[in-house]
Amino acid sequence: MTYEGLLYRTAQADDRLVVMTAENRAAIRGLPVRLGDRFIDVGIAEQTMVGAAAGLALRGRIPIVHALAAFLTLRAFEFARTDVGIGNLPVKLVGDVPGFLSEANGPTHQAIEDIALMRGIPSMNVFCPADVEELVAGMPHVIDHRMPWYVRYNAAPATVRHTAPFAIGKAEQLAAGRDVTILAFGFLLREAHAAATLLSARGVTVRLLNLRTLKPIDEEAILNAAAETRLLVTVEDHFETGGLTSIVAELLMRNRTTVRVLPIALPDRWFKPALLPDVLEYEGFTGARIAERIAAAL
Amino acid sequence: MTPQQRQELTATALRVREHIVRMSTDGGCFMGASLSCADLIVYLYRHVLRITPATVNDPSRDYCFLSKGHDVPALYGTFAELGYIDRERLSHHLKTTDSIYWHPSRALPGVEFHSGSLGHLLSVGIGVALDIKITGGSNRAFVIAGDGELNEGTMWEGMLVAAAKKLDNLVLLIDRNEFQANFRTEELIPLEPLQQKFEAFGWSVRATDGHSFDGMEQAFKGLPFSPGRPSAVIATTVRGRGLPSIERRADRWFVNSSHEEVEQLLAELRGGTESTLTSDTLMVR
Repeated sequence: MTYEGLLYRTAQADDRLVVMTAENRAAIRGLPVRLGDRFIDVGIAEQTMVGAAAGLALRGRIPIVHALAAFLTLRAFEFARTDVGIGNLPVKLVGDVPGFLSEANGPTHQAIEDIALMRGIPSMNVFCPADVEELVAGMPHVIDHRMPWYVRYNAAPATVRHTAPFAIGKAEQLAAGRDVTILAFGFLLREAHAAATLLSARGVTVRLLNLRTLKPIDEEAILNAAAETRLLVTVEDHFETGGLTSIVAELLMRNRTTVRVLPIALPDRWFKPALLPDVLEYEGFTGARIAERIAAAL
Repeated sequence: MTPQQRQELTATALRVREHIVRMSTDGGCFMGASLSCADLIVYLYRHVLRITPATVNDPSRDYCFLSKGHDVPALYGTFAELGYIDRERLSHHLKTTDSIYWHPSRALPGVEFHSGSLGHLLSVGIGVALDIKITGGSNRAFVIAGDGELNEGTMWEGMLVAAAKKLDNLVLLIDRNEFQANFRTEELIPLEPLQQKFEAFGWSVRATDGHSFDGMEQAFKGLPFSPGRPSAVIATTVRGRGLPSIERRADRWFVNSSHEEVEQLLAELRGGTESTLTSDTLMVR
C-alpha cells in the first residue's frame, strides 16, 4: 500500500483525520479530491499551518501535517513547540526529504538537525521509517497515539525483509552478531545493511538494529548491544549533535555504561549537495564506505 | 443598550480593574495592557460570546483566544466576576500552588489555549474556525491581539490564509492601545493606516472606541460583517485606562506595586486622587 492510500483508508474509517499541507503535495496528490474539505492546503505558510493544526486538534481532529522537513521543523519550530508541544496535542508532523533525501537542494533544505529539535520538545515523539513498508506499517500506530509525533518521511522501496511487526519504541534486529552493533534508522538502513553484509563476508559478525522510533527509543536493545558487542556504530544522516549519537551517549551515561562508540554522522558542517548516490559516496555513507570505517575502527 | 445594562457593564469592568490592581503586587503584572482591554473583554463575555461557565467544554460554544497574553489579569478578573473561577482564586496569583502566572494557562476553566509568544493564536483560531466550517457549526472563533503584536509576520500570514479560506466565522479583535512594550507603535513600527491594511488583506473591518459599551454594541452587530470574509474589530483603547497615574505611560507597562500603592490605585480607580508611584517598573521584559 502507498502512504497516500493508507491516509485515505484511515480517513475513511476515522473522521477525526484531516490532512494538511503547506503546498507540498508530492506524497498526497490524490487526496484533495478524495478528502474534500478535510484536505487543507494553507499555501507556503508553515507556521500558520502548524498553529491551525493545533486549533483543529483542540476540536478533536487528528491533523496529519505535511511540509518539507527543513521548513516544518525550523520555520515552524516554535509553533510545534509552543502550540502542539505545550498543548500536547495529537498533531502528526510529516517532514518530507529529511537528511540526505534533500539531495541537491543545498543547505537551506537540509533537515539534519530535525531530530535534535523535535526530540527536544517534551511531548513530541519521533518516527523514522526505513522504507515505505515501515512507513505504512508504523503510521497507524502514530495516528492512534494520543501524543504529537514527528515523522521523518521516507517512502523508498524496501531493500530489507522486515522480520518484526512494528511497535513504538521497539527496534527490529535484522542480523545477529557479537563483534559490532550497527544502530540505524530511516533510509540509511539500506546502507547499514549493505555494510553488515560486507563485514560478515570478512568474518566480522554484526548485529544490525533498525531503530524505527528514536523517541521513544528501544533502550533495552541498545543497552544489551553495549553489553554484548564490542563496538556500537551509530549511522545517521543528521548532525552528530542532538541525534542518534547524542541519544546513545545520554542513554549510556544514565545507565553508567561505557562502551566504544563509532559515530557515523555529519560533522559540524552541511553536506555536499548532489544526487543521492553521489552524496552518499562523497560523505562516506555508502555500504562499502560504512564497512570500511567500521573495519578501521575494530 | 439599556441604562441598566450599561451600568452593569461599567460596574463589572470596574471590579475587573480592581482585580487587575490587586494582581499588580507581590511580583506584579502587565497592568497597562490589562487595563486597556478590560472593557473589551467584559463586553465580549457579557454580550457577544456564546459561552457561559457551564459551557466551557461544549463544542458548540464560541471560542475566545487571548493571543496577546500579557493582559491575562483582565481575562481572569472577568472570569472571576462572571463565575468561571472563584474570586478567591485570584489571590493565588504567581503562587506555585496554582497556575495563575503572567500569561494564560489552560489550567483555568475558560482559557481556550495558552499564549505568551506573540502571533500564535490567530493561527490556532484559524484551525478552530476551519473545523467549525467542516462540521457545519454556527459557532465562532474570536482572537484578541495587541496592536504591537501586529509586528509579527504570522499575524499577516494568518490574515492571508483566513481570507483565502473564507473564514467568516473568525473574528480578530485588535486592542489598539497604541503602545507596544516600551514604545508607541507609531514611533517604532507604524501600523497606520491599519483599517485599510486589513481591508487589503480581504477582511471586513470595523473600528470602535474600546471603552464605549455603546460603541462596541454597534461594532459587534451583525457578525460576520460580510459573508465569506473574516471580520476584524479595531478597538481604540488607552493603555492603563482607569488609572490616570498609569495611562499612556511607556514605563508603566509592567507594574509591581507596593501594598500601599495598591490601596492608592484602588482609590484612584474610584475617582480618587492620582497616585504617586515609586515602585519598580520594568522597561523591558
